[in-house]
Amino acid sequence: MSWVGKSPRRKEDNRLVRGRGLFTDDDQTPGMLHMYVLRSPYAHANILSIDVSAAEAYPGVVCTLTGKEVAEQCDPYMQLAPGKAAGILDYSIAVDRARHQGEPVAAVFAETPAIAMDAGELIEVDYEMLDPVLSGEQGLEDKEIVHEAAGTNLVWQDVYEYGDVDKAFDEAAHIVKIDRLHFHRFSSTPLEGNACVAEWTRQGTIEFFCNNSFAGFAQQLLSPALRVGSEQIRIRTHDIGGSFGNKIWNYIYMTIAALGSRKAGGRKVKWSEIRNENLLASGHGNERTFLDTEVALDQDGVMTALRSRHIDDCGAYPRYEPLGCVIWSQVIPACYQLRNIRIDFSQAVTNKCPAVPNRGYSRMQHLWFMERVIDICGHELGIPADEIRLRNYIRDFPYETPNGCVYDSGNYPAMLEMAQELIGWDAWKAKQAEARDEGRLLGIGIGTTLDSGTNNFGQAQIINPHLPFSGNSEVCNIQLDLDGAVVVSLGTGPSGQGHETATSQVVADELGIEPDMVHVRTGFDGSWNAFVGHSGTYASQFAVTGLTAVHGACQKLKAQMRRLAAVLLEASEDELEFGVGDEGPELRVKGTDRAVNYWYLSNIVNSNNAVLSDDLGDVTLNVRNVYRPPFEVPDTERKFGNLTLTYASQLHIAVIEVDRQTGHAKILDYAAVDDCGKAINPQIVAGQVHGATGHGIGAAIMETFQYDEIGNLLTSTFSDYVPITALNMPDVKYGHIETPSPFSFNGAKGMGEGGGAPLHTVSAAMQDALFGEGIIIQDSHHSPPAVFEVMREGNREQVVTVENR
Amino acid sequence: MSTTEAIEPVDVAIGVNGERYKRAIEPRMLLVQFLREELKLTGTHIGCDTTYCGACTVLLNGKPVKSCTVLAVQADQAQVMTVEGLEQDGELHPLQAAFSEHHGLQCGYCTPGMLMSSFALLTANPKPKQKEIRNAIAGNLCRCTGYHNIFIAIDAAAKDMRGS
Repeated sequence: MSWVGKSPRRKEDNRLVRGRGLFTDDDQTPGMLHMYVLRSPYAHANILSIDVSAAEAYPGVVCTLTGKEVAEQCDPYMQLAPGKAAGILDYSIAVDRARHQGEPVAAVFAETPAIAMDAGELIEVDYEMLDPVLSGEQGLEDKEIVHEAAGTNLVWQDVYEYGDVDKAFDEAAHIVKIDRLHFHRFSSTPLEGNACVAEWTRQGTIEFFCNNSFAGFAQQLLSPALRVGSEQIRIRTHDIGGSFGNKIWNYIYMTIAALGSRKAGGRKVKWSEIRNENLLASGHGNERTFLDTEVALDQDGVMTALRSRHIDDCGAYPRYEPLGCVIWSQVIPACYQLRNIRIDFSQAVTNKCPAVPNRGYSRMQHLWFMERVIDICGHELGIPADEIRLRNYIRDFPYETPNGCVYDSGNYPAMLEMAQELIGWDAWKAKQAEARDEGRLLGIGIGTTLDSGTNNFGQAQIINPHLPFSGNSEVCNIQLDLDGAVVVSLGTGPSGQGHETATSQVVADELGIEPDMVHVRTGFDGSWNAFVGHSGTYASQFAVTGLTAVHGACQKLKAQMRRLAAVLLEASEDELEFGVGDEGPELRVKGTDRAVNYWYLSNIVNSNNAVLSDDLGDVTLNVRNVYRPPFEVPDTERKFGNLTLTYASQLHIAVIEVDRQTGHAKILDYAAVDDCGKAINPQIVAGQVHGATGHGIGAAIMETFQYDEIGNLLTSTFSDYVPITALNMPDVKYGHIETPSPFSFNGAKGMGEGGGAPLHTVSAAMQDALFGEGIIIQDSHHSPPAVFEVMREGNREQVVTVENR
Repeated sequence: MSTTEAIEPVDVAIGVNGERYKRAIEPRMLLVQFLREELKLTGTHIGCDTTYCGACTVLLNGKPVKSCTVLAVQADQAQVMTVEGLEQDGELHPLQAAFSEHHGLQCGYCTPGMLMSSFALLTANPKPKQKEIRNAIAGNLCRCTGYHNIFIAIDAAAKDMRGS
């Protein structure tokens, strides 16, 4: 009996459907203080003075905190960028200048949330408005400087070059030039906002109960900023209401709450973000502009070279974001055999909300770009969308990309065939022809994408060779508890991905027991001794990093259990087998009724050990196992090396009709085919695919962070940002193939981010609908007004040039 | 602008999941705050504060409302049902079982509100069509599932409840 590959009911559900989860704000401990964050109403302004006296005098207020105090009590957060950008001073509260609308300017700590908010309104701040920087291109001009301490808005710039680009252009049959493409700002906006409870105890330790989703990293940032040792900080999570990468960055608020707790004499401080704060200031996905793109193709429409210039807008503070300058290169040729590439990549700060990792982080922007490129080339050269992809797909695996990444496995043509079958490709083609005869705008689009998982942190050194990060790792601790229960602790701190369930499936298989007999602790806890610096849930990696750690821990525990049981049963280890007997999980001598159960084994080690012989002294039945993927530090000069262990892939097809009168895009049909290697729990895999599809469709047709010309965020409530609802979500025809990864013990690939597939797919369908109207799809967001505008003017002649030789 | 004058508390008596609770509360207290902070019934969640997301959905006299935009004083003398009221004697309600069975939840944050909107739907309409299911949860956001499995779960629960 194997539990891996099946879909038992999730262990997490039992509490969550009953309303008995424990999310951060559910901590209702009496006597806690509540924190309110006062935020800058301006995108860019000097803070001339702050007067907190009225707030501090307000009944029920215990204290306040300003940026000046933070700068005195903290060191700035570690900067990842090299050069001048390393000089950026990043504090949890703005010190003398606000750099985006919604940036924290002061905080109030009071007996109730309402009092804190009321008092916050009494703080008087004198601002001097400055001209804002509102795009990456404007940022690179360095006319207005966002961070005086750096003296430039440039965070990072370099050229990624592989192969012989100029030669390939000299020999090209066709050259397609695309003036400008733009990937818009949005985020997955988890339904639970950021939240934390902080207690700076009188003993000098700091206890956090929070919903940070990358605790290993948060710990490394918090401890130097707060000027405490790492061991003084304990981070704990329980249920997290979605993260999608966004909650990696809430350590900013953990810092403020901790400082408030210390100032209040060690009282617990709780903070829960409201939605408006979340949309204004808690992280947007990064925005990228692609300029002067040129594509060389041979006479068959096979891409032979590409050169382009990419500018990333990372908002007011780079924080994690310099890594976005390299993470996209995990998928530099996308799914295609392209060997000659030159991309000039730069990133700039602006006066917008800081960018944070968001589902599909950094690769999605590049994959959207590559899909626009092949899609536009297909239309311009008159090659059907499926045909041009089939001519360009990578087919032999493992495949080494021009920059040294190794695509482990995949079968893109098979996925295309399955998706075409699911959607009824030929029938839609016929309907499309009829619709066009009637003057209707019907488009069919394909998006092929990659979800690279288990990243090699060594790629950080391509950005900054001095960064002390490389490889990757995750931890599992497994033990037999005093009563013999199998207890597992993870470092991952998940946010809805079902780690308790998947872990119990793997453990059950290894020990020959049932998933219900495995107790997987919920969340993350620094005191479990089950974390490393990489611990967290991010970058599509749990099925590899987490479950390999679990598998290895099981092997170590089993070895100890065998040694112990062999002595107790007076048998050789080879004669023993694991299973379930009348008294629960046990080891028994094969073919006999001689057995010891787990309680007995645990009792001998933990409570009754005078009978234990010295040579079993190292048997603890409490095992910590760390999995480290086989990575090397990349060649930072050549920007060459294996940056990711696995490459899940997705192929989506959308059928869309565009209304001529309004520009409204209606999705008529949608298919999504997924390949994440061996699926540990197929139901969870399908759930992740559906969820990622929802995010991508929402982002493509509804959701956008739109700023006005002075840096006000116009979409700062859900009513304006309009996340996708049950009414907008199309039915998705789901398919799944499995090309097992040769690089993971279980053939699984990390998955869940989904590579932003719907963005590429919707853009391609829009392109197919509108190409005949003289329109090139240049933007990843397809709101009716924007589509209507481009339909009125047409843009093909301005955007695309084709040279045929 | 707020006032520093003391605000007179207001007496309310609210029935929640069959129990009657008397409290003296600030008049501005929201129903969701009453449930979470006064009664420690933290199954009802807050997701947006502007009536868009529905994480805070509860039944007020049998009708689904978003408890982040209902004042607790408006619920005085009324009957409220929250997610904690769904299970009976430790047995999951068919909707709860179906959400789990069909993976209609991932992080579980929207789930209580989804369940309450679905409960209201199935109470009024035991045999909903696909479109009616979509309409019933149009005011409940889920950021994890893409809704697909939620539609399936509600449909399955409806069948289960009709069969039992």
